[in-house]
Amino acid sequence: MSEFDQMYREVILDHYKSPRHHGSLDPCDAQAEGQNPLCGDEVVISLRFAADGDTIADIGFSGRGCAISQAATSMLTELVIGKSATEVAQLPKETLLDEIGIPLTPARLKCALLGLGVLKVALHRAKGTPLPKEWAGLDDLGLR
Amino acid sequence: MTVTPQRILDVEAVRADFPFLEEFVDGRPFAFLDSAASAQKPRQVIDGLADFYRHSYANVHRGVYALADRATAGYEDAREKVRAFLNAASEREIIFTRGTTEGINLVAYAWGLDNLGPGDVVVATDLDHHSNFVPWQYIAGRSGATFATIPVDDAGDLVLEELDRIAGLGRIKVVAAGWVSNALGTVNPVELLVAWAKEHGAISVIDAAQAAPHRAIDVQALGCDFLALSAHKLCGPTSVGALYGRAELLERMSPFQLGGHMIRQVRHDRTTWGELPAKFEAGTASIVEAVGFGLAIDYLQDIGLDAIEAHEHALVEYALERLPEVPGITLYGPPASRRAGVVAFNLGDIHPHDVAQVLGFEGVCIRAGHHCTQPLLRRLDLAATNRASFYLYTTRAEIDRLVDGLHLVSGKLG
Ligand SMILES: Cc1ncc(COP(=O)(O)O)c(C=O)c1O
Repeated sequence: MSEFDQMYREVILDHYKSPRHHGSLDPCDAQAEGQNPLCGDEVVISLRFAADGDTIADIGFSGRGCAISQAATSMLTELVIGKSATEVAQLPKETLLDEIGIPLTPARLKCALLGLGVLKVALHRAKGTPLPKEWAGLDDLGLR
Repeated sequence: MTVTPQRILDVEAVRADFPFLEEFVDGRPFAFLDSAASAQKPRQVIDGLADFYRHSYANVHRGVYALADRATAGYEDAREKVRAFLNAASEREIIFTRGTTEGINLVAYAWGLDNLGPGDVVVATDLDHHSNFVPWQYIAGRSGATFATIPVDDAGDLVLEELDRIAGLGRIKVVAAGWVSNALGTVNPVELLVAWAKEHGAISVIDAAQAAPHRAIDVQALGCDFLALSAHKLCGPTSVGALYGRAELLERMSPFQLGGHMIRQVRHDRTTWGELPAKFEAGTASIVEAVGFGLAIDYLQDIGLDAIEAHEHALVEYALERLPEVPGITLYGPPASRRAGVVAFNLGDIHPHDVAQVLGFEGVCIRAGHHCTQPLLRRLDLAATNRASFYLYTTRAEIDRLVDGLHLVSGKLG
């Protein structure tokens, strides 16, 4: 397989070209925005909880970024719908990386994980779920 | 920029000096179009560094044995080469730094903190690299001065009509500007900005990181007060650069960093500062790197800065002619006549990261992102761009590879 096909595998290109849950929810119960300071990529995530106030019922994302960051965030939205805030706050990044399933250099890893970080910030703000140190910087960058 | 060079650059002869061209991807050398980030190094510099470590290495100054003498002579010879390269009046005006960033920070802290206050205005530009933008924004903020920037128009040229409005904001004390934009290649009218600074009694600080690799510089003719450059952008080592400062100003300034070598006498109640340039060179210098900086200057001067400038100019004209062939491409920046060896572009909606990644698979090295110029990209309403940049070893065939690669990217991701 060529280097291109390894990185831009079909499922990545599919999510990139037809992102799931694209857009922003208005009104929403939680929202955050984050930037990758290395490349300026931006992701905004908004979500709504179900009647139990905890289960993620709907989610939307927007922003500008590379195929990897956009596809990864799109895949993330599918991964978290129906899960509880606590569960998602603890979601290890490996789960998302397994889903993405491509070799990533350190620079591209940052692209792939941007959406996950922003989602954790949104949950932290809305629910006070713990925010691991590695994402704390995103919280400072976000729009209030 | 229609220079008639005394010499013509023989690009094949130049390429024979660069060992990185012996690295292959899929049977082809890299098409290295990222020299604005950092230039590759010729054998003359690489071997010179090793030779210096082998034959002449010790800490400089104060040693009294032969090796220390050789090291000191090498380090100070390098200073003389930088002085001549910039045509500064005296070696006392050449301070070795870690690079452009440190040079600008030196002026911002050492001059700025003592001389700026409320009612004063510090002027930078919207084209500037963060290394000229952020230190001045920060020091202005700390000292209560106003930070203002000269805006750019859609083509990436400074809007000089705004100077009068900026002058109305208060006492202009600092005019700090990049000579050549790393993001768009714009060659700024620094002569005019230096004159404007003088008119207002302000100091002028020129970021020459992208100018020094590509054109001859004469600080006396330009009349600037400070000028900063980095060796790594002009085929020299990393972690070394120089700050030119007018002696009269440097003498009156407080030191920047404090410690060994920069002192005259240290007493419990008081320390006095050393002479220029030692006063601004605290600690052990990047000795061997400075020697390599000198070797890089020798190398460029042997080829001729005018020949390099003409070579790059021809490449930029060629690139600006060929790139529009790619469907969906948008080019940014001024016409070739006001541009150094940099072309910035976007390819439809394809994110620059993806463009650069796919080109990278083809061995074509460009840079994607904000290029440390977030205020500029925000002004142009862009999140990121692709940037290809050229240097003395760049060929038209490499620009052809870029164009071919972009067609491929369009096909795959467009
Ligand atoms: C225009 C400009 N100014 C300043 C710098 C900073 O140079 P350095 O990182 O070598 O300090 C750069 C290089 O990135 C540049 O392109």
